[in-house]
Amino acid sequence: MTATDSFAEPLPEREAALVRFLKSFALIRESGVGMVGVGIVVGWVLIAIFASLLAPFDPNATILPYQRPGAVDPATGMTFWFGTDQIGRDILSRIIWGGQRVLIYGPIATICAYAVGILMGLAAGYFRGWWDSILSRVADIILSFPIFVLYVIVISTFGASGLNIVLAIVFASAPGIMRIVRGLTLDLRNRDYVAAAQTRGESPLRIMFVEILPNARGPLIVDACLRLGYVTITIGTLGFLGLGLPPPDPDWGGMVNEGRAMALAFPHMTVIPCLAISSLVLGLNLMADGLREISIRD
Amino acid sequence: MTAETRMPVLEIENLCISYYTRAGEIPAVVDYNLTIYEGESVGIVGESGCGKSTVAMAIMRYMGSNGGIVGGSIKFKGRDITHMSDEELRQMRGSEIAMIYQEPMAALNPSLTIGAQLMEVPIIHEGVSEKEAYERSRDMLSDVKLPDADRVMAAYPHQISGGQQQRVVIAMALLSKPALLLLDEPTTALDVTVEAGIIELIAEIASRFGTAQIFISHNLGLVRETCDRICVMYSGEAVETGTIDDVFNRMRHPYTRGLFGAIPLPSANKNDRPLVAIPGQLPLPHERPDGCNFGPRCEYFDAGRCGSGTIAMRAVPDSPNPHETRCARFEQIDWDKRPNLGKVNEPIELGDTVLKIDNMRKYYELHDHSIKAMLSGKGTRYVKANETLSFEARKAEIVAIVGESGCGKSTFAKVLMGLETATEGKIIFNNHEIQDTEVQLRPREQVSSLQMVFQNPNDTLNPSMTVGSQISRVIRKFGVESDPDKVHDRVMRLLDLVKLPRDFYYRRPRQLSGGQKQRVGVARAFAGHPSMVIADEPLSALDVSVQAAVTELLMDIQRDYGTTLLFISHDLSVVRYLADRVVVMYLGQIMEQGTTEEIFAPPYHPYTEALLSAVPIADTTVGKRKIVLEGNLPSVVNPPIGCPFHTRCPRKIGKICEDERPPVLSDGDGHKIACHIALDELRKIEPVFFTVKPPPPSDGEGATTAVGAE
Repeated sequence: MTATDSFAEPLPEREAALVRFLKSFALIRESGVGMVGVGIVVGWVLIAIFASLLAPFDPNATILPYQRPGAVDPATGMTFWFGTDQIGRDILSRIIWGGQRVLIYGPIATICAYAVGILMGLAAGYFRGWWDSILSRVADIILSFPIFVLYVIVISTFGASGLNIVLAIVFASAPGIMRIVRGLTLDLRNRDYVAAAQTRGESPLRIMFVEILPNARGPLIVDACLRLGYVTITIGTLGFLGLGLPPPDPDWGGMVNEGRAMALAFPHMTVIPCLAISSLVLGLNLMADGLREISIRD
Repeated sequence: MTAETRMPVLEIENLCISYYTRAGEIPAVVDYNLTIYEGESVGIVGESGCGKSTVAMAIMRYMGSNGGIVGGSIKFKGRDITHMSDEELRQMRGSEIAMIYQEPMAALNPSLTIGAQLMEVPIIHEGVSEKEAYERSRDMLSDVKLPDADRVMAAYPHQISGGQQQRVVIAMALLSKPALLLLDEPTTALDVTVEAGIIELIAEIASRFGTAQIFISHNLGLVRETCDRICVMYSGEAVETGTIDDVFNRMRHPYTRGLFGAIPLPSANKNDRPLVAIPGQLPLPHERPDGCNFGPRCEYFDAGRCGSGTIAMRAVPDSPNPHETRCARFEQIDWDKRPNLGKVNEPIELGDTVLKIDNMRKYYELHDHSIKAMLSGKGTRYVKANETLSFEARKAEIVAIVGESGCGKSTFAKVLMGLETATEGKIIFNNHEIQDTEVQLRPREQVSSLQMVFQNPNDTLNPSMTVGSQISRVIRKFGVESDPDKVHDRVMRLLDLVKLPRDFYYRRPRQLSGGQKQRVGVARAFAGHPSMVIADEPLSALDVSVQAAVTELLMDIQRDYGTTLLFISHDLSVVRYLADRVVVMYLGQIMEQGTTEEIFAPPYHPYTEALLSAVPIADTTVGKRKIVLEGNLPSVVNPPIGCPFHTRCPRKIGKICEDERPPVLSDGDGHKIACHIALDELRKIEPVFFTVKPPPPSDGEGATTAVGAE
């Protein structure tokens, strides 16, 4: 039996968990749409990382107001590729630095929201009973609020700062994540390997985090990509409403708001930050589509 | 045989089918030939992935976007299906060729009444009036033996049981008077006693309606009961075709013989005539070997003759009926000599009582929150999942718990494992009462000495952990070993024990086949040296040849370790093969218990008798009395009062069965039957199984043993 049962494959090397995790992402190469998304997102990440090298001007320095794209700074001879705004700041530099803000606060907020949502969802789905009743009711109550009223309340109460933006987003998106995790947990808890862990007396904590959570990762990763897109929009919207990062730091949403008054005369002041937001969101959504495509295929 | 004078309904010639995938073209079926005449039933048998369903789909020309017929022809009544237009195909499907699938619920539209769905068939295909369509539908429902046809006509699919649904699907298929009926594992999703009724119906169809049938199954016993001829498939090819009698008794292909050696026929016996698994596994379609596909697993493999080129089907000489095999060496093989007898084992001595169940009950509460229920004080109802179970298991004993779905066997396993607590009664395990202790509160020794093997191989292992880490977790958790090197060492030895290569340590479950996963499940259960292992249907999701290997493995380890094995199953042939004692359950209650010999011979409980009769047996020397149960399994929420079996019992003696719980009759030495019929009466019942004719003299002496009394 022994000899015939084996495959003719070579013995696989023991890989580090991280490498394996990244390898599963490598499958996205097989999805064309996904690769476009990855390209856009990676592009933005690179821009954010090398912001200090790429930005031609200080994003908060006032140089020459109302310059259209392509105008040249007479003092330094450098070009304002995307023009300048009403107080003379270089829009390209502000877009680059603003991208860094979005790509710092967006993922932080999403990760925190996931941490809270996963804890709540696992507890509700695994223990069921009154844990589930209480957590689900809390989630329902939060979800029943109009989401922007919620943001306005949280941020106008605690003030506009990066931390408070993260808190507001966690507060508003954790219930949605909790519902997804709860649904996945309710299904996975009935699997035989969970029963096997229970029958060897494993603690609920271990069962939730070792036996259940890793096997829910597929749908959660796809959802996280989409949610990161929503969070980007949210951060933009908050900036537009004046609830975003305090000025003068560059903020895409804030830039749209500032350019609003001159939108007809100087459309570049609003259009360019809008394009920045939508390209990043589009990239994230395409990436999510690609991940979903490969996760369905396997 | 007058086969040649009849008209062939279907002629398949040199059919080749391929699927196109990312990995390229994969030949699914190669050089397939089959001719079916009017009123004839042909069984196609093979393990999963052998191409049997692909053949059926090709006959319907319903291949999906990535499959295609790449060669050969399929002639239906002389017309070549492979060249038909879509319109012609639509005319043919459903009216001239009908198909019946495994899942009846999926085949019926849940939002239309059954009547509407049935009437559609004659209205669309023949344009008859609604009134006539109704009458024909209703008559057909009576023809498939559905009682109360008018009620069924008005019902929605979810309002009738699975067995009734499958009868409706069969009725629907027959309504258009098809010339050919394709049945793809039509009873796999059904309970055994329900299956028996459907099989009886299918076996009658050919003679009553003159319909030719193709019956696709993995179960040789079912094919024997329904078909005239059989075609055994292996890895995309037909390897042997012939009449049931020829193939079952004078097989001429090593794979066919391997299959028969791997299934627990009545002649098999765990001690002196064990099952012999076919070594190795089915090659993947794109990794088929040169020459004979079965070559690498065949003990008669001869590289010169079998190792290259294509092996053609050849007629077996001296056979009155057509009998063909795809074996290049069948003339050289001594077919009378039973190959490779497996190892002979001494019967094991049973030890002291390890487990004692005493009047154990498990009720689940169902809360009805409607105002009406609260007012009438009936807010809480009980599901009586287990009702006064009492039995014992001894050291090194294999006790089988047998019953159909809803009989409470899985609930019992949960209570025993501590995933649930008992409502009443006692469970004494190694002299400790454990009925009220949940698994997390049980001491470690107790937890490690009571382990479980699960049913579904795809579910039993955590998909995101390697095989090695899952087994070593058990070893560390149970404190068998804590030093990493020693743990690793022990995992390796466990892999050896379950006959898996050591490099499986680093594999993930999805890289393993079903049988291999189940072996890992066995290794995990035995990692903490349990004194008792519960196996909940560990074989039912596995292929025939893999089942044999896992069965033997489980028994070898059980024998070596002296473990008590509680084997939960619905398959009485496996149970008879491996169990020492059997407990028969029905709707949460024990109907009969005793040693395996006692259970399989009179006196029987009427339910045991029906269960035995429902077992398909792939041995033409064994006949059986047909008992088909009427009615459906009652709901556990609302079980019958009195004897739970009285609603279906063919031997019901009267009102007493409906009103009073049956007494437990004791036939000495632990054989207990819960029935109102007196023991003396039950003793007079004829055995279900009997020997039809003496087996061929060359077949060894084991097969002559009467089934009931071995």
